[in-house]
Amino acid sequence: MYKLQRFLLIDNKSTSKYLKYNFSSASTNSVKEINKLLIANRGEIACRILKTAKKLGIKTVAVYSDADKKSMHVELADEAYRVGPAPSSQSYLKQDKIIEIAKKCGCHAIHPGYGFLSENANFAEFCNEQKIIFIGPPVQAIRDMGIKNKAKSIMVAAGVPVIEGYHGHDQSDSNLLKEAQKIGFPLMIKAVCGGGGKGMRISQTEEDFFQSLESARTESQKAFGDSLVLLEKYIAEPRHVEVQVFGDTYGNVVHLFERDCSVQRRHQKIIEEAPAPGISEENRKILGAAAVKAAKAVNYVGAGTVEFIMDRHSKDFYFMEMNTRLQVEHPITEAITSTDLVEWQIRVAAGETLPVKQEDINLRGHAFEARIYAENPQEGFLPCPGKIKHLAPPLCDENTRVETGVRQFDEVSVHYDPLIAKLVVWGKNRAEALNMMKIKLSEFNVVGLETNTEFIRRICSHSKFSNGEVHTGFIEENHESLFVENPIPESVVVEATLSLILSEETEGFDSSNDRLNPFYTETAFRLNHTLNRRICLEMKGKKFIVDVKYTEPEGYSIRLNESGSWRSVTGDLKKMDNILELRSFIDGKFKKSRIIKMKNDVFLFMDDSQWHFNLLQPEFLNESNSQMASSQGVAVSPMPGIVEKLFIKKGDKFQIGDPLVSIVAMKMEHIIKADTSGTIQEIRCETGEKVDKNKVLVKFEDKV
Amino acid sequence: MLRKSKLLIKNINSINRHYFKESCIIGTKQDVQSQEYQEKYTQMKTLVDKLKMTVGKIVEGGDQKARERHVKAGKLMPRERIDRLLDRGSPFLEFSQLAGYKMYDDAELPAAGIITGIGRIEGYCSKNKKNHTSEAFLILYLINIYRKECLIIANDATVKGGTYYPITAKKQLRAQEIAAENKLPCIYLVDSGGANLPRQADVFPDKWHFGRTFYNQATMSADGIPQIAVVMGSCTAGGAYVPAMADENIIIRGQGTIFLAGPPLVKASTGEEVTAEELGGAALHCETSGVTDHFALDDEHALQLTRNIVSNLNHRRISDIEKKSDYETPAHAIDEIYGIVGSNLRKPFNVREVIARIVDGSMFHEFKARYGETLVTGFAHVHGYPVGFVANNGVLFSEAALKGAHFVQLCAQRKIPLVFLQNITGFMVGKDAEAGGIAKNGAKMVTAVACAKVPKITFIIGGSYGAGNYGMCGRAYSPRFLYMWPNAKISVMGGEQAASVLAQITKTKYEKAGKEWTEEQEDKLKTPIIKQFEEESSPYYASARLWDDGVIDPVDTRKVIALSLSAALNAPIPETKFGLFRM
Repeated sequence: MYKLQRFLLIDNKSTSKYLKYNFSSASTNSVKEINKLLIANRGEIACRILKTAKKLGIKTVAVYSDADKKSMHVELADEAYRVGPAPSSQSYLKQDKIIEIAKKCGCHAIHPGYGFLSENANFAEFCNEQKIIFIGPPVQAIRDMGIKNKAKSIMVAAGVPVIEGYHGHDQSDSNLLKEAQKIGFPLMIKAVCGGGGKGMRISQTEEDFFQSLESARTESQKAFGDSLVLLEKYIAEPRHVEVQVFGDTYGNVVHLFERDCSVQRRHQKIIEEAPAPGISEENRKILGAAAVKAAKAVNYVGAGTVEFIMDRHSKDFYFMEMNTRLQVEHPITEAITSTDLVEWQIRVAAGETLPVKQEDINLRGHAFEARIYAENPQEGFLPCPGKIKHLAPPLCDENTRVETGVRQFDEVSVHYDPLIAKLVVWGKNRAEALNMMKIKLSEFNVVGLETNTEFIRRICSHSKFSNGEVHTGFIEENHESLFVENPIPESVVVEATLSLILSEETEGFDSSNDRLNPFYTETAFRLNHTLNRRICLEMKGKKFIVDVKYTEPEGYSIRLNESGSWRSVTGDLKKMDNILELRSFIDGKFKKSRIIKMKNDVFLFMDDSQWHFNLLQPEFLNESNSQMASSQGVAVSPMPGIVEKLFIKKGDKFQIGDPLVSIVAMKMEHIIKADTSGTIQEIRCETGEKVDKNKVLVKFEDKV
Repeated sequence: MLRKSKLLIKNINSINRHYFKESCIIGTKQDVQSQEYQEKYTQMKTLVDKLKMTVGKIVEGGDQKARERHVKAGKLMPRERIDRLLDRGSPFLEFSQLAGYKMYDDAELPAAGIITGIGRIEGYCSKNKKNHTSEAFLILYLINIYRKECLIIANDATVKGGTYYPITAKKQLRAQEIAAENKLPCIYLVDSGGANLPRQADVFPDKWHFGRTFYNQATMSADGIPQIAVVMGSCTAGGAYVPAMADENIIIRGQGTIFLAGPPLVKASTGEEVTAEELGGAALHCETSGVTDHFALDDEHALQLTRNIVSNLNHRRISDIEKKSDYETPAHAIDEIYGIVGSNLRKPFNVREVIARIVDGSMFHEFKARYGETLVTGFAHVHGYPVGFVANNGVLFSEAALKGAHFVQLCAQRKIPLVFLQNITGFMVGKDAEAGGIAKNGAKMVTAVACAKVPKITFIIGGSYGAGNYGMCGRAYSPRFLYMWPNAKISVMGGEQAASVLAQITKTKYEKAGKEWTEEQEDKLKTPIIKQFEEESSPYYASARLWDDGVIDPVDTRKVIALSLSAALNAPIPETKFGLFRM
């Protein structure tokens, strides 16, 4: 409970400033009661909602799939019910089951979180029918925004800028050219039936328009049997900018400024910030107003996000779509506006009015959110589900928030999003927040599965990112510099060795019956000489031979790869919150790093890098047991029997697993196979011969 | 000076013990700038440096060619074997590093070709998950520690092929004696060519020769002391019995061989031609003969298997000792011993200053401080272990001997281990002394010391002469361990006195014969005697012959006491029955 409490406490402390907004209801009788809330979600967002619910004194009910039975959100909730097996289609998406649970335990409302049922109009409708408050926008708004074309035409009607294009049926060359001129160059020619980049051309100028059109048509015809095209304005290096909006049931809508979520991999965001960099006050107002206009156009209620695509140079923006839910990245908006959006959601759903007017919402500072995923950036961001063997997140404080739904020893399941945590930091300005993000990322230490922390830290340290030069192609554009392989500094190997030696000394130190026994405390004591030791470490297939001399009572001489120079090293390990801090002096240079040691592995987390060493295993572990038995150059009969067949003759060469002799015993055939490869020297049996146990059947020469 | 114990040391003052600490803290601040201190410091430091240099050479093992050959064959050096056998970072209390030092004119024998000592193996921590509620982050563990101190005997095949010289056999037997007395599991890392044939007469036939090894193995096994042998090289003839007599053993493929007669002897006697591996290799002994139990692929595998054996010994220790869970280091800098003691035995020093730099918190509860002042007795703790100190502070008079006998009885009754700090020229001589019954009083102390069944550890920190050596638990009194400081001297009497005695006798003979006895003649007689005594009383000479268990740096005394005691306490402390005290 200890750790959990700390998170909550700090959160409470930091959320205290969120409470300054006063909610009120327009008329008291229109306020519905929400005393018990079902959270139809899992992971970090379920935990996030739970925290606010607890703060508001609302009883909570969680639902879980079989994969999540022991997960954090189940533990945090007052009650929890199973919804089904691990796949979400059979659990978290089971509408009837969820409603049934909500009704059974008397929940007044359901919060869908994000993903799963959050943008499911049918579910919202179902809730309404069952007289359960769906914490989200009205059904119609979800429906309208769910259909892209419809959303666009609503926006056009409301005067919100939409990306210009021609979707008409007049496909004559002249008409298309006319439309193209209207849109302006560069523009995109897309096959209507197209997808995956097929049948898509970019026309930079009017001159090459027909050429591109022709080639798009031909390709489309070939691929889809149809040559219809549409024209759309082409935005090179676009930015993904979105505006948080909030409406209440009384028609009030406010925006809470924008977020920039341009940096993406595999079309998923990994680092978001608010406000968007490089946006002038004026543009910000225009963006906000457009978003409010968009929300009002669909009579929006609750938390929503209006997404825009923005030309990073001209700063022109165009409506893309509206997300009718709370977004993953909502904490950065909370950080810069000192709000608790989940609280707003609940209160608005209960029928209260928005606590503020637009002019009361002030933008304060800058915030970043990093999504810590269990994935391997080196391998194309492939998800790496697995068990979290060690989890040491940075300490939370006023300006740092860690939103997570997993704990140490939890499993990042293959069934769901491999998100481990969201790390949110706030700073007075962008530079300060970014520095803080780098520090906190280096303190986010996970062992057991691959994570993207170091990769995000590299993005944060990239000069273009710190200049705010973000766009959706950022990672591809800077691929080389982001994935550059760092050489392993010698001092890191020394530190790894030191942490190994020191952890040995503290191993098993809390002896209860014989504390401070000299055979433990007098580490490495040798009479009249010093202990010299060789430690072999390995990292990514690279071997490091480290020689250690226990020179003084608390000091060592350490040398790398035999030829190196001896370094004088001292240090100690300090147990921090769930992690060890190594403080070392290497040739007088003081350094701190964070260490996690597990059996034969050492993980070092430094300010700007992380390293994983493992102790080289002795050779005997690699040799199989079977080889032990008969690598003496002979094959023997495992039991008494009759030789049935010889598969080899003198001088034959054979490989591991090749059959040598078969014998029949107890009516069963036993084939004696080679457990090594080599050449037959001598055959010491013949077909039909009765042999005893352990009789040498074949002599051979091992291939060396 | 301690690596990590300081982390855990709590402030003893916080416990309500009135003025315990203030009342028994001893030792004075040394004037480290004084010429005398500086001189003495330098003298002792020089001796210690020489010792470390000598040992530094010894630990390298045999000559370079032999070492290279050994390593090339894929074997680990014997000291590496020990380091890998022990728990990582375990201390190793090594014995008699100087054994065989300059003993044989024709051969240098580093460490007598056999390394012996005590280390920790498979001391492990069992974590019992006690309370893991699924909602809690905090997991409570019950932690138990098991530690196993084992005695290791490792042949050094790079020294004369690991053959047994007389001193090699003696060192092995002494190690076995330590194991037997302290009930320590024995691990034999065997890699030896057997007896050194030219010296077989001094190795083979006598009671305390090589054959005793197997007698010891059998009797220790009978006594429940585990005997484990690892065949890492050849075990020929008599050597074959080391693994054969062991409780459990291991042999390394392609490396270890066991046979009563090697291939050359077999060919000579039966004409049979056979390879060593066929005759007595790992496969034969693990699969056919059953002489060996475990088949190892290489040194490292064999050592891991040995650890596995140790972890399955079900070896428990019951201690009679009430050990303190916390302790302080001495209140004074330990290396000040150098400046206090020096190397000139004629310069007396107050032994309390030495004790003050050995015991926990420099706290010493002295017994009978005002009586028989030339012997200092009292209680203290070292690394938390209770210890009774008996230390010379001058010539032993009758009173001192009586006091010593009393104190030893006290410790035997209370089962408190004894540490003797020996620096003695002898019991007092002369008319008064004899009339005062110094002989019978000295005998009382000798009786008490001989009979006391508590672990006894002796340090010769200065001179050790005559009957003083007996009263102060010399080698003949079977202390569990006996160590020397590099400044120590040991002989029946001082060289000067011996020469004078001989000169006196000769002079009388001459005078009786009516011959003239010149001063020149006296010098001629005395010089070689003094020289001989000088040489033979040196700690190097003594340690080479195994009159002790090793020469140590005075600074390490505290650690050596602690390690020795921890090892000694593997054996229960029996009740003491004293012999007759002549009243």
